[in-house]
Amino acid sequence: MSLWSKHAIFEKNSIVLVIGILIMIAIGGLVEIVPLFYLKNTIEKVDGVRPYTPLELAGRNIYVREGCYLCHSQMIRPLRDEVERYGHYSLAVESMYDRPFQWGSKRTGPDLARVGGKYSDNWHRDHLRDPRSVVPGSVMPSYSWLEQTELDYRHVAQDLKVQALLGVPYTPDMIANVEVDVVAQATTDSPAAADLIKRYPKAQARDFDGDPSRISEADALIAYLQMLGTQVDFKLYDDKANIR
Amino acid sequence: MANALAPQKTMTLGEGGLALAFAALALLSIVVAAKAYTPEYAFHAYLFTAASIAAVFAIINRYYDRPAQPTPLTIDGKPNYNMAPVKFATVAAVIWGIAGFTVGLYIACELAFPFFNLDLPWITFGRLRPLHTSAVIFAFGGNVLIATSLYVVQRTCRARLVGDLSPWFVVLGYNFFIVIAGTGYLLGITQSKEYAEPEWYADLWLTVVWVVYFLIFLGTIMRRTEPHIYVANWFYLAFILTIAVLHLGNNAAVPVSLFSPKSYIVWSGVQDAMVQWWYGHNAVGFFLTAGFLAIMYYFIPKRCNRPVYSYRLSIIHFWALIFLYIWAGPHHLHYTALPDWAQTLGMTFSIMLWMPSWGGMINGIMTLSGAWDKLRTDPVLRMMVVSVAFYGMSTFEGPMMSVKIVNSLSHYTDWTIGHVHSGALGWVGYISFGAIYCLVPWLWNRPLYSLKLVNWHFWISTIGIVLYITAMWVSGILQGLMWRAYTNLGFLEYSFVETVEAMHPFYVIRALGGLLFLAGALLMVWNLWKTVNSAESAVPASLALAPAE
Repeated sequence: MSLWSKHAIFEKNSIVLVIGILIMIAIGGLVEIVPLFYLKNTIEKVDGVRPYTPLELAGRNIYVREGCYLCHSQMIRPLRDEVERYGHYSLAVESMYDRPFQWGSKRTGPDLARVGGKYSDNWHRDHLRDPRSVVPGSVMPSYSWLEQTELDYRHVAQDLKVQALLGVPYTPDMIANVEVDVVAQATTDSPAAADLIKRYPKAQARDFDGDPSRISEADALIAYLQMLGTQVDFKLYDDKANIR
Repeated sequence: MANALAPQKTMTLGEGGLALAFAALALLSIVVAAKAYTPEYAFHAYLFTAASIAAVFAIINRYYDRPAQPTPLTIDGKPNYNMAPVKFATVAAVIWGIAGFTVGLYIACELAFPFFNLDLPWITFGRLRPLHTSAVIFAFGGNVLIATSLYVVQRTCRARLVGDLSPWFVVLGYNFFIVIAGTGYLLGITQSKEYAEPEWYADLWLTVVWVVYFLIFLGTIMRRTEPHIYVANWFYLAFILTIAVLHLGNNAAVPVSLFSPKSYIVWSGVQDAMVQWWYGHNAVGFFLTAGFLAIMYYFIPKRCNRPVYSYRLSIIHFWALIFLYIWAGPHHLHYTALPDWAQTLGMTFSIMLWMPSWGGMINGIMTLSGAWDKLRTDPVLRMMVVSVAFYGMSTFEGPMMSVKIVNSLSHYTDWTIGHVHSGALGWVGYISFGAIYCLVPWLWNRPLYSLKLVNWHFWISTIGIVLYITAMWVSGILQGLMWRAYTNLGFLEYSFVETVEAMHPFYVIRALGGLLFLAGALLMVWNLWKTVNSAESAVPASLALAPAE
């Protein structure tokens, strides 16, 4: 009897075939995914990375909703040209609170992992309103309705609660002050900004979209863009300490 | 049953239970619609309500119209095949195919001429791109897979499909999922995981549909009157099972509320990236490869009337393919913050994957041994063979692109888009068209209206594919090189937007390629329409084409 005839076991017993398939497909996934949860050097030990403020999170959800990740990556590779064009290569720790991750897979537009602080708020507002007014060769759609749409932040506290449930270090204090924090961060010179910054170090608080009369979706999105990649202080970062 | 003259008609447990379940779902959906956080979500809740009520009515009407006796499994000793759901899925595939290709053409135009975004939220590139990918992969490809799998499993097992309502639940439920997913993208409901964008409630619905799909497929295999399970069914089974596992793993999310469309995934950052591309690459590997290889293993031998080239090769092909594919995901994450060991594993297995892929290609193409002349006379067979050739080409290109140093150039560029489309248009598209050109005449029992039109379809779309992939090769490599170009003073030579502007001519050529591919598919629709509306054949196709042994 050749070994080939043994294969009849799979061909004549559907349950054996099902079990065989399940075993074969389980191995690769288990080996590649499970260690990422317990190998300590998967995520670097770095100071400064904090959860998103409520306004930044709302902005991030708009980024997700509009499918920005389909044209913009948020992952700078450790290649000479990328580091010179975009800044320090991305660390795993910088996306540890990202649910889901936004590394992207295509750069129809430039990488945004460190876009925070690179352009002014006004530039972002103009660019969202009419991309070709500031970048003539751009093929990006216009997102002019964002600044005309009021941000709906009635339920952001629930978003924080769910994230806390999943292990993001949102404290009860943060969850209780969601609406206060949204207003404080979207207002220039708000008296509540000090408390916001206490809860979320280095949070930038001001009117982002140039219209102080209301909090728009553009406020949230620009707040998110302006914090991207700014949390880790690379003057203090020692990449030798985190060799993987 | 005792009274042969007037059998008592009773509602089966399935009919009663399903009607009740849908009534409950309708009630729940109304509550959700009333309390939904966003109007978009309320719209979806109303869709669920309407569909559930329609389902209840359909089940009750069907009960009144059906005979008291259950449908016989055999008639005169021959299996009484259940082909109506197969017909439905075939028609759905053709309609979604045209929709998906059209959206693809439209977003290609948006990239070439951003004017096409029309400043409307619903049709920006960011919202239409998932609509395109889902429409072609899950709506077109998915319906082709459901139609062919339910056809092939019945014929190769010589058994009627298991279940009475459940096959209809699968095809209608699956297409309802497509409607929810597609309208969701336009309205901005997405969880932003590529090829898994639908939100939690659509995912839950799909899970139920998929489990029933698996059960009726496996149940039909168990009911077989053939001793062996045919090779095509191994591949279908691997496809159904693995997609279930991937779907559950990658969509493990906690909804913000029952009344919110939003959910947060339980994985985060680097782990989420790994899970996503474990899913993403195996959506390619099992949805777009294993499932369509099953089509290859049934329809090519049937069409050219030759046995599969090598039984042993098919065994090696099957087990090696499903074992190796699952490892390949990390090649989407080269040079990212994913640990190097995982990247290296992904690259290594991707290169090894070349071998079973080409083994399968050889098995498919060499099945024509002794029937090569049919390539000249039968454009349907030619389409399927060229499809396998495209499969071979893209399964060489894929391992090459997974080599880290190649990937450092190709990643984030249009080269990836071109690679995907040589697989999607050439391999998945052509094998699907070939299967549909076989299925429609068999199912409707009519000869195909025109082989000449198939020939035109073949050549027009082939030119389209060639334009598409060559444009993307050039634009991808060009942009990759421009990004890393330095002046002799050591500065980056091009700003980002200069590299965008350089893409313009290739984006126009790509759109032209897409237009040709769509035009070819429209010829197919015309051809099939004329076929279905012609006179029925005198000789039943099912007799002329006996099931493969």
